[in-house]
Amino acid sequence: MTVPMETQILFAGVLFLIGLVGLLVRRNIIFMLMSIELMLNSAAMVFVMGGAHWGHADGQVMFIFILTVSAAEVSVGLALILQMYHHYRTLDADSMRKLKDHKANENL
Amino acid sequence: MLFNRVIPRRGIALLGVGSVALSALITIIAGIKFLSIPPAGGAYTTTIYTWLSTGGFTADIAFRMDALTLVFCFVITFVGALIHLYSVEFMKDDDGFARFFAYMNLFVSSMLILVLSNNLLLLYLGWEGVGLCSYLLIGFWYKDPANDYAARKAFIVTRIGDTFMIVGLFLLVITFGTLNIDTLLRQAPLVWSSGSPVAVIAALLLLGGALGKSAQLPLQTWLPDAMAGPSPVSALIHAATMVTAGVYLIARLNVLFILAPEVLAAIAIIGAATLLIAGFSALTQHDLKRVLAYSTISQIGYMFLALGVGAWSAAIFHFMIHAFFKALLFLGAGSIILLLHEEHDMHKMGGLRKKMPIVFLTFLIGGASLSALPLITAGFYSKDQILWFSLASGIGSKWLWLAGIAGALLTSLYTFRMIFLVFFGEAKTEPKHQPGPLMTIPLIILAALSLIGGFIELPHNLGPVHLFSRLLEPVFPALILSESHAPEWIIQVISALIAIGGIYLAYLLFNKKTLSSNVIEKSRLSHFFYQGWGFDWLYNKLFVLPLVWLSQIDKKDFIDKFYSSLAHAVNYSGTLLSRTQNGKLRWYVMVMVAGLILLLTIMLNL
Repeated sequence: MTVPMETQILFAGVLFLIGLVGLLVRRNIIFMLMSIELMLNSAAMVFVMGGAHWGHADGQVMFIFILTVSAAEVSVGLALILQMYHHYRTLDADSMRKLKDHKANENL
Repeated sequence: MLFNRVIPRRGIALLGVGSVALSALITIIAGIKFLSIPPAGGAYTTTIYTWLSTGGFTADIAFRMDALTLVFCFVITFVGALIHLYSVEFMKDDDGFARFFAYMNLFVSSMLILVLSNNLLLLYLGWEGVGLCSYLLIGFWYKDPANDYAARKAFIVTRIGDTFMIVGLFLLVITFGTLNIDTLLRQAPLVWSSGSPVAVIAALLLLGGALGKSAQLPLQTWLPDAMAGPSPVSALIHAATMVTAGVYLIARLNVLFILAPEVLAAIAIIGAATLLIAGFSALTQHDLKRVLAYSTISQIGYMFLALGVGAWSAAIFHFMIHAFFKALLFLGAGSIILLLHEEHDMHKMGGLRKKMPIVFLTFLIGGASLSALPLITAGFYSKDQILWFSLASGIGSKWLWLAGIAGALLTSLYTFRMIFLVFFGEAKTEPKHQPGPLMTIPLIILAALSLIGGFIELPHNLGPVHLFSRLLEPVFPALILSESHAPEWIIQVISALIAIGGIYLAYLLFNKKTLSSNVIEKSRLSHFFYQGWGFDWLYNKLFVLPLVWLSQIDKKDFIDKFYSSLAHAVNYSGTLLSRTQNGKLRWYVMVMVAGLILLLTIMLNL
């Protein structure tokens, strides 16, 4: 029994949205990274679903690609987070506001 | 002015006085030539170049000297040269010596342009030039704010007249297409019938200009304050020449004014009213120069009166004689004020008869001429002519004559009040030293002219000498006498008695003190006259205070705020938009997501 295509994509979309909302809502940098991971994986899952539908292995190949990229990206991200913690002693994403427009946002 | 440090005083004096003296010499030579061989068309003309030519209207830099202009040129240059000579000594201790002569020469040149020009546009250039120089010279000692105020007041009040005049000039251009005086005077009777509304309006507008420059009602308030300038300035500008520019204008454009008889009548009435008002005010003044200023207003009132009844050459004759004795009086007053340590108040002077004899004698002669002392002074002949014509002319009336006679009484009264207060009695202030020759020679020459200047034009019943009116005959239309009028000798006797009577009255009031002068010096009415009949107060309430009030409301410039608010709005929206750059990562992601949603919505709906 195969799951209908619409349900598969819907499932991937919902996962993506969960990841997006998590990215927006979370303050902790590490949880933001996790949400990004979730978004990546949901996009990758769409590739797998496509591959399964047409019966090619290309979908699986794309999934491996995306996984690799995300691994590399996470390693860089974690290194940056380490640096950030080293300087600011906090993992709050809102605390890094030095690139703001100072004149307009003095009190914010 | 540039060479203030480079050319020594002597050089500046030579240049300043020499230029005007040279002009006087040239005028006299030209006058002799004019009189011996009258030129064709009654005038010398010369055109320099075409100033502007646009849309059918042409104006040239061109000059025309006929008899009227000759008389004016003579007075301007000759009296001007004497005054310049006097100023060399008067201003010798002043830092602005070079600046003074620069301004005075500019004035003389502007005035000459005014009287010599053959078209009204060039005349207006001279008109504005003399107004400018009057402002510069009244405010010559600019460090004192009172002088600046007087200069501004003079300029603004005459400006009001000038505005009327320029509108009048526009009207003339629209009607005739040219401002050439010859053409205007020939064409006007063809285009306008006597009393036509356009003629009346044009004449009224031009009269407005004349009223401003000549300090007649209602624009006479600037002249007494203009005495803040140095005395030579008062002598030249505010006695002899600039204030007579209005007289020149009306005399020159006589045809236009004859075509508007109501305006002529208005001129006569304004002249009569002004001479009385100024006469009463002169009687109550304390400042020596202010008496002379009001006297000038009064005497120009006589000239306007003469113009208004059609006695054109009598008005010009009185102008010439008045220039002589008024300049003399002002120069004399200047020497007194200078040598009495800048004392202006007459009540603090006295007994100068023995201390400054030359000044006393010349001042006495000038005062006698002003009061029209019979037969021996020139003033008698000129003023008597005006009084006679104000009664006997076809458009004269006995009321005008009565006003003139009352004015004559006032004139001798205030003149001799001035003389008795300043020269007789006990000395209250001592003069520093005697005036030098450069100051006394002009006084003597002008005194001589004030005595003998009248003999070129005797009244009809005294002798067949009519040199002056014969000279001006081609310029002016003939005066038509009314049918029934008193014989001339009765009028002359009455004028003579009034003049002598005024002197005697002044003698009783101010010298012998047999009559009390309290009515003149201390009463409430005299205070009213002293304030110039309240004109300053009236104008202050009517015009100055509302303007100041309006300016106070507009202090923050709220009308401009409308335009600056536009700039402020743009600035503010820019600030608002920069608030989006708050440096927060999550905010940026949120904005991206919002944009994405918007795009998707739009694309799905298409």
